[in-house]
Amino acid sequence: MDKHSPPTNPDAREPDLHEPDLHEPRPRNLLQRLYVAFESPGRRRALHLTILAILIVTPWISSQYTTVILTNALLYVVLCLGLNIVVGYAGLLDLGYAAFFAVGAYTVGILTQQFGVNFWAAIPFALMAAALAGVIIGGPTLRLRSDYLAIVTLGFGEIVRFTARNLEITGGASGLSHIPEPSLFGWHIDSSIDFYYVFVVLAVLAYLASQRLFDSRLGRAWLYVRHDEDAAEAMGINRVATKLAAYVIGAIFGAIGGIFFSVNLGAISPESFSFQQSVLILLAVVLGGMGKIPGVILGAFIVVLGPELLRDFGTLRLLIFAVLLLLIMLFRPSGIWPEKRS
Amino acid sequence: MTETITQSEAAASTTRPGKVRLSIRDVEAFYGQIQALRGVSLDVHEGEIVTLLGSNGAGKSTTLKTISGLVRAQRGDVLLEGESIATLAAHEIARRGVVHVPEGRRILRGLTVKENLELGAFTVKDNALRRQRLDEVYGLFPILHERRHQDGSLLSGGQQQMLAMGRALMHGPSVMLLDEPSMGLAPKLVTDIMRIIKRLNEAGTTILLVEQNARLALRLAHYAYVIENGEIRMQGEAAKLRQDESIVKAYLGVGE
Repeated sequence: MDKHSPPTNPDAREPDLHEPDLHEPRPRNLLQRLYVAFESPGRRRALHLTILAILIVTPWISSQYTTVILTNALLYVVLCLGLNIVVGYAGLLDLGYAAFFAVGAYTVGILTQQFGVNFWAAIPFALMAAALAGVIIGGPTLRLRSDYLAIVTLGFGEIVRFTARNLEITGGASGLSHIPEPSLFGWHIDSSIDFYYVFVVLAVLAYLASQRLFDSRLGRAWLYVRHDEDAAEAMGINRVATKLAAYVIGAIFGAIGGIFFSVNLGAISPESFSFQQSVLILLAVVLGGMGKIPGVILGAFIVVLGPELLRDFGTLRLLIFAVLLLLIMLFRPSGIWPEKRS
Repeated sequence: MTETITQSEAAASTTRPGKVRLSIRDVEAFYGQIQALRGVSLDVHEGEIVTLLGSNGAGKSTTLKTISGLVRAQRGDVLLEGESIATLAAHEIARRGVVHVPEGRRILRGLTVKENLELGAFTVKDNALRRQRLDEVYGLFPILHERRHQDGSLLSGGQQQMLAMGRALMHGPSVMLLDEPSMGLAPKLVTDIMRIIKRLNEAGTTILLVEQNARLALRLAHYAYVIENGEIRMQGEAAKLRQDESIVKAYLGVGE
């Protein structure tokens, strides 16, 4: 935490401070040296400020198309950081994450468009609905492991989508449209640049929250439960509460993404929350590096920007993108920027 | 049969020092249809090393699991300082100071020795106390300090056992349940581990030790129980049981 502490003593709890730290492996290649460089506190600060500056300036020097794509990428950053809490931190596979995204989007959509509730007043309800959904999916799956967990979460995702498609209040297959745009202290949020900045703020908040959670006691409980839940329980960690917390917090991240997604587009339909959506979010997390915040952010950008950058290839672009993804996973099986390099 | 019962009753009447820390009463436990424990009762007094001996499948590990809440007792009760803990969740039992060092050590792969130790002190919120315990564990096991930044699962078997015991010490246990600490270790290391157990006990840790190596365990323990087919068949002061080679051999079939 202390930016002025010498790099050889990263851990104040060490009884012997004079021994060299054997923990940090020596960087072996360019990529690793780059990671290590960005992980020193001072440089990380500089990197943060640079990225923030770039994010702020970009919409003024680029086209509206770029702004819209970047907004989408930032939405994915929020969603991916949320899923990363479930998958990366707590080690629970989730193939239905889009369900939480949907719960957030639909709750706000229904409340604002059908009941005329103010957008900001609708947010707490959307968050509560998502937390409830987190408990509903988390509760029954707590005793399940890996494959079974994946199947149940996949089913949950589909149930939410089918419910949205068949209920009247959700607008059926055509979904909800004319969701009113929000305003904040007289600032009417409606242009694509406005929404871009909203998502910059959300992504930054999601980043800070992820960081805090990673360093927290709960973060350590997730780490231990992920590695061996029986051993963790034998040392007094409440396995059930720890896993539920991951689902609920992950659900809230997803819902926040969904809430602002719905007002940004002004219309939502069940197909925005398909299985494919869940897979794409999971793909970004795995591709970037499960559990590693910068990796996950990188993954989110690649998944959104990749197909756009390949647009010149026409119909071949998704094929080329898929091949690129396969190559990345082949050469970096634990993600581009993995949590630990061993 | 009748002989052993009278003998165990006689042994039970001998006075043991200290208050009863942990006590299990007529515990029955099942794995599905199979009854693993048929009314097991035993006491662990404050400051004692109590050993539970028996052959494979006799119910030793199940007894420990029933105490730590990993297996539910269908009948009977588990008491920690007179209070029932039989219906508590495993993590709550751990929070009350009953620490189970399971068979096979359960070292977390991919985490360093130090991170493994820190798991033990997860429920300790006082930073100074945590640091102090870490120092104590490093003092007890210098090798763990030397290897603190290495992956815990890459240690040798003996070192992993030390790590598992160190992790339990970090918790500040009221009772430590040790399941087969000597398993899979070379004879020299077995003696080392036993010496460490003795040292932990002398420093004040109350220990319930499950062992297949009856001779060693009897040399170490104050009091011993022999379990067979899910029932306690014999109990008594370890020193007395040790002298009665024929009984030990008959029930445990051990020769070194």
